[in-house]
Amino acid sequence: MKFLYRNPTRASWAEDYSFLNNDLDKSAKEKLEKDKEGLRIKKSYLKVSDLNIYIHKAHILKNVNIEIPDKKITCIIGPSGCGKSTLLKTFNRLIDDTEGIKYEGSILVDDTDIFDKKTEITDIRKKMGLLSQRPCPLPMSIYDNIAFGCKMHGERNRKKLNEIVEEQLKAVGLWEEVKNRLHAPASKLSIGQQQRLCLARGLAVEPEFILADEATSALDPISSKHIEELFVKLKQDYTIILVTHTLRQALRIADHVIFMYLGEVIEAGPADEVFNNPKQELTRKYLEGAFS
Amino acid sequence: MRLKFIEEKIAKGLMVVASLAVFAFVVNIIYTIFRRGFPALNWEMISQIPAGGYYNGGGGGILNAIIGSLYIVLGSTFLGLLISIPVVFYLNVYLKKDSKLAYVARLAFDVLFGIPSIVYGAFAFTIMIYLGMHTSLGGGILVITLLVIPIFIRSMDEVAQQLPKDLLDSTYALGATKLETIKVVLRQIAPGIATATLLSVGRAIGDAAGVMFTAGFTDSIPTSLGQPAATLPLSVFFQLSSPNADVQDRAYSAALILIFIVLVISILGRLITNHFSKHKI
Ligand SMILES: Nc1ncnc2c1ncn2[C@@H]1O[C@H](COP(=O)(O)OP(=O)(O)O)[C@@H](O)[C@H]1O
Ligand SMILES: [Mg+2]
Repeated sequence: MKFLYRNPTRASWAEDYSFLNNDLDKSAKEKLEKDKEGLRIKKSYLKVSDLNIYIHKAHILKNVNIEIPDKKITCIIGPSGCGKSTLLKTFNRLIDDTEGIKYEGSILVDDTDIFDKKTEITDIRKKMGLLSQRPCPLPMSIYDNIAFGCKMHGERNRKKLNEIVEEQLKAVGLWEEVKNRLHAPASKLSIGQQQRLCLARGLAVEPEFILADEATSALDPISSKHIEELFVKLKQDYTIILVTHTLRQALRIADHVIFMYLGEVIEAGPADEVFNNPKQELTRKYLEGAFS
Repeated sequence: MRLKFIEEKIAKGLMVVASLAVFAFVVNIIYTIFRRGFPALNWEMISQIPAGGYYNGGGGGILNAIIGSLYIVLGSTFLGLLISIPVVFYLNVYLKKDSKLAYVARLAFDVLFGIPSIVYGAFAFTIMIYLGMHTSLGGGILVITLLVIPIFIRSMDEVAQQLPKDLLDSTYALGATKLETIKVVLRQIAPGIATATLLSVGRAIGDAAGVMFTAGFTDSIPTSLGQPAATLPLSVFFQLSSPNADVQDRAYSAALILIFIVLVISILGRLITNHFSKHKI
């Protein structure tokens, strides 16, 4: 079994700047760090250690240890019911609202443990843009969908808000389509447009991560391709974590792959390694099964 | 013919009969009110308070009751919304789906829903005595607020329970606290709020027993919350009790005015809701 796999967009900005970590004198290093900030390529960091999740005594996630690479697309794959959504929802602690939830272990995001009592849950969530399976625009106009988050976080300046709305709609390629009806209800958009709007809405609060749970499964093939292309473009600035329902999608866009089975992470690593040369028997079987 | 089709025909026939029966009933009531009330209706009735001996066929009108009813309806609707929205928000956003407290609360509101208004009146009356209040506009608003709160809560709650979980999750994912989701929740349940308001207005304006002890009745228009207030249902009642046929006809005119007010408020309510619910997803 052999997979033809290559990712054309492998090199990201962060890698281009990797020389930063080499021997430079301190002041030059600081200056470059600042430039780096300016380019919005601040390193983001997400590390899961010994994570166990129980819902009503059922052991849903078992001893998960993973690290999410910065400014890459990480795809979480695995058969349905294996805990992909649960893991994703744990990252921004949306899982908290589940009945009978109990967690152990730690998830470090940048320098904070998200389970720490002192951590503000809203700060964590602000860092993580979320894209759900079915697009879910807020019951407001297109404009307000994007401005809502910014207003909530204290931005009141009309002009600034207008700029943000335009910038984010452009970022998801929706600006030309909606610029003449910004105040129309978001529910009037097509489902593919709605999903892009939801992405823009998430980007407007300036997250570091984008979490997407089967975000293209409800869309038609063209809209779905559009979203995929956006992810590839956005990974310059964001760390992207996708739960995906199709292996093909993972093959097309993943830089890094996490394979889960029955609540355990079976294998995690760079996409070409996992796809072309899986270390675990289970991974190999899963990949074959999906391809035969 | 196959059994299925016979069944279908019978079921359909029953539905038509039921619908017609309701329709005939409503038409009959409205016709009766119109037939007796419309000829007696005149501008004097709407624009003046009762002159001396009004209830024995003297001059004047029922402006006192029209204004009193409007005050009570507006006051109680406003207070009812103010109290019910936080309750519904708390039940649906703060409490988990299988919360015991939410279960008990919903049960309690169901029971309150079924309590007759005379009991609310008696209850409010004891509170008023305790507070040293006399029969007054304030007392009337108080009792009608109590009366409409269960209607508000139960009918808004029905809609709020359908709130998509994804919608709340999406809002939280933007970094919203539970409280900050209120703007999203209110817009999503706007049609429910409108329906609840219409139901409440209907109940509030039509209630006689609750206001009897609490708002009292008077021939003048109240100028403060502390003064007694007349209401349309009681006005209908007093005029209908008269042996004088002319005065009885005026009771029907008053009923006609009451129906008209409810109609106007309903149409306004629909228009306002359509405006606010256009964004619902
Ligand atoms: N709210 C819940 N209550 C009980 N069990 C749950 C709940 N949510 C998820 N589970 C269980 O957790 C497991 C993982 O679910 P999920 O993360 O949705 O899987 P996936 O997204 O990989 O299909 C499943 O076995 C599911 O039955
Ligand atoms: Mg899932």
